[in-house]
Amino acid sequence: MSAPMQPRAPATTRTDPYAPKGLPLTLESAGAILLALIWVLPLAYAVWAAFHPSEYTTRFALNAPLTLDNFARAWAAAPFARYFLNTFVLVTMILVFQLVLGTLAAYALARQDFWGRDLAFALILAQLMIMPDALIVENYRTLARLNLVDTIPAIALPYVASAFGIFLLRQTFKTVPKELDDAARVEGASPLQVLMKVYVPLAKPTYVAYGLVSVSYHWNNFLWPLIVTNSVEARPLTVGLQVFSSSDQGIDWAVICAATLMTSAPLLVGFLLFQRQFVQSFMRAGIK
Amino acid sequence: MTNRATATIHGWLLLLPAMACLALFTHWPAVASFVESFHSTPKARRPARFVGLDNYQQMLADPIFWKALTNNLWYALGTIPTSIALALLMAVWVNDRITARSIVRMAYFTPTILPMIAVANIWLFFFTPQYGLFEQLTGLFGLSSTNWLGSQDTALYAIIIVAIWKEAGFFMIFYLAALQAIPPSLGEAAAIEGASRWTFFRRVQFPLLMPTTLFVLINAVINAFRLIDHIVVMTRGGPDNATTLLLFYIYQVGFSFWDTAYAATLTCVLLALLALVAFVQYGWLERRTHYR
Repeated sequence: MSAPMQPRAPATTRTDPYAPKGLPLTLESAGAILLALIWVLPLAYAVWAAFHPSEYTTRFALNAPLTLDNFARAWAAAPFARYFLNTFVLVTMILVFQLVLGTLAAYALARQDFWGRDLAFALILAQLMIMPDALIVENYRTLARLNLVDTIPAIALPYVASAFGIFLLRQTFKTVPKELDDAARVEGASPLQVLMKVYVPLAKPTYVAYGLVSVSYHWNNFLWPLIVTNSVEARPLTVGLQVFSSSDQGIDWAVICAATLMTSAPLLVGFLLFQRQFVQSFMRAGIK
Repeated sequence: MTNRATATIHGWLLLLPAMACLALFTHWPAVASFVESFHSTPKARRPARFVGLDNYQQMLADPIFWKALTNNLWYALGTIPTSIALALLMAVWVNDRITARSIVRMAYFTPTILPMIAVANIWLFFFTPQYGLFEQLTGLFGLSSTNWLGSQDTALYAIIIVAIWKEAGFFMIFYLAALQAIPPSLGEAAAIEGASRWTFFRRVQFPLLMPTTLFVLINAVINAFRLIDHIVVMTRGGPDNATTLLLFYIYQVGFSFWDTAYAATLTCVLLALLALVAFVQYGWLERRTHYR
């Protein structure tokens, strides 16, 4: 839980003897940029196709006219507004529950010494391997018994307790100095007050990091929502996009590309604006 | 009441909400899959009954199961080493003072935040026969036309390429963080000793990156079983099951054929494979990796 990304700016006084210079650096840059071009090619192509009339979908002419028509047609052809709302409700619901449940559990695991703690921790960590995706069949049966199939809570429920989140918060809480905890207790704070006033504020970077990872994961999640929803009222964007591009459109690639960009746009714009935070969050979430 | 008893009650009360959800949606379904794999699929007039190992016998005799398992093995072999090697290469490049470094880093990372389902649509177009992008490229060189996704020989490769593209940039981030955490004094010391850059990488940087490699490896292995979104869009397991992976087959058996008992049996195989991964990680790799 350390080493946020410092793009080596403070270390300018020391020079890395292995940093390439001259020709090797030029070659390396060329290789890196070539790979980067390949990596953005799908996205770049989607932008091209979405903003040009369909006759230019496979013809790359510099004088091709720009248009927003594809977006308008995609927006009119499927209830994307509803899908956006569903996804928004879904990721918010999941995040809120994950944070509340994770905070309580992580606090217990990090700072309480009690009977069965290690067993509980092992049971929680089991989810890192047995991910919800592997249990689609049984989870569907459970939700059918609860009469929740085809609702937004049904998509959220298998994910609201996240072993990853609990683990991450536990590691962070463990770094909080015990003296702060003791001091708050001497002042007469209850355990829950200590948690809210001491631990939660100090773990803010972890909350932000985990929040970004969680939101982008569940914004993009597809298989489980596909299984558990079958109506416009519950479908998130990913499933809506799949229904749209597989049935309604035939092969009008320009419109499909427009719809594709539309569904990814909020995350993509967020990423471009807060690139450093995103990258740092993913890094922070990975370093244990 | 003793102090420890109070702490135990407090502790479990705090854990209760998370544990209840985990029990309901992780522990219980895992156990239920196991139990159900020994029963028949309930039908309208016939409730499930105990059938012993029948489902497992059916599975062993099922050519599609073996096809899915072999495909999954190739998928894992195709995606894991390549994406990790690419991730390491990307991280080393982006860690140097190359031209347009932050833009290059952004380009590598972008696939991570795009929905797989959305980019699969774009890749689908790239692979389309006649006017897809790959087709136009091969056409430029006068090569014959290939139906990348429609041919049994190439469909799985196409799926593998998309998976590598999706996850390499994600893994790069972890290598980048680890590279930047290596103290600069090590490089200076190695340079004084006269080590070449390759020797420094192989003898110093790469061993120090081992914990990261392990972390990335575990993620890559899990992804090899989990990452099937693009298959739903691009091939639906076809042609002739050439791209059916284990989880996709579970999805098909469970939700297209509604043979829940057989799907539970397949789930048990998937869980056993994941348990094996966990076992290898904690029992063997972990001991060999740290601080050697």
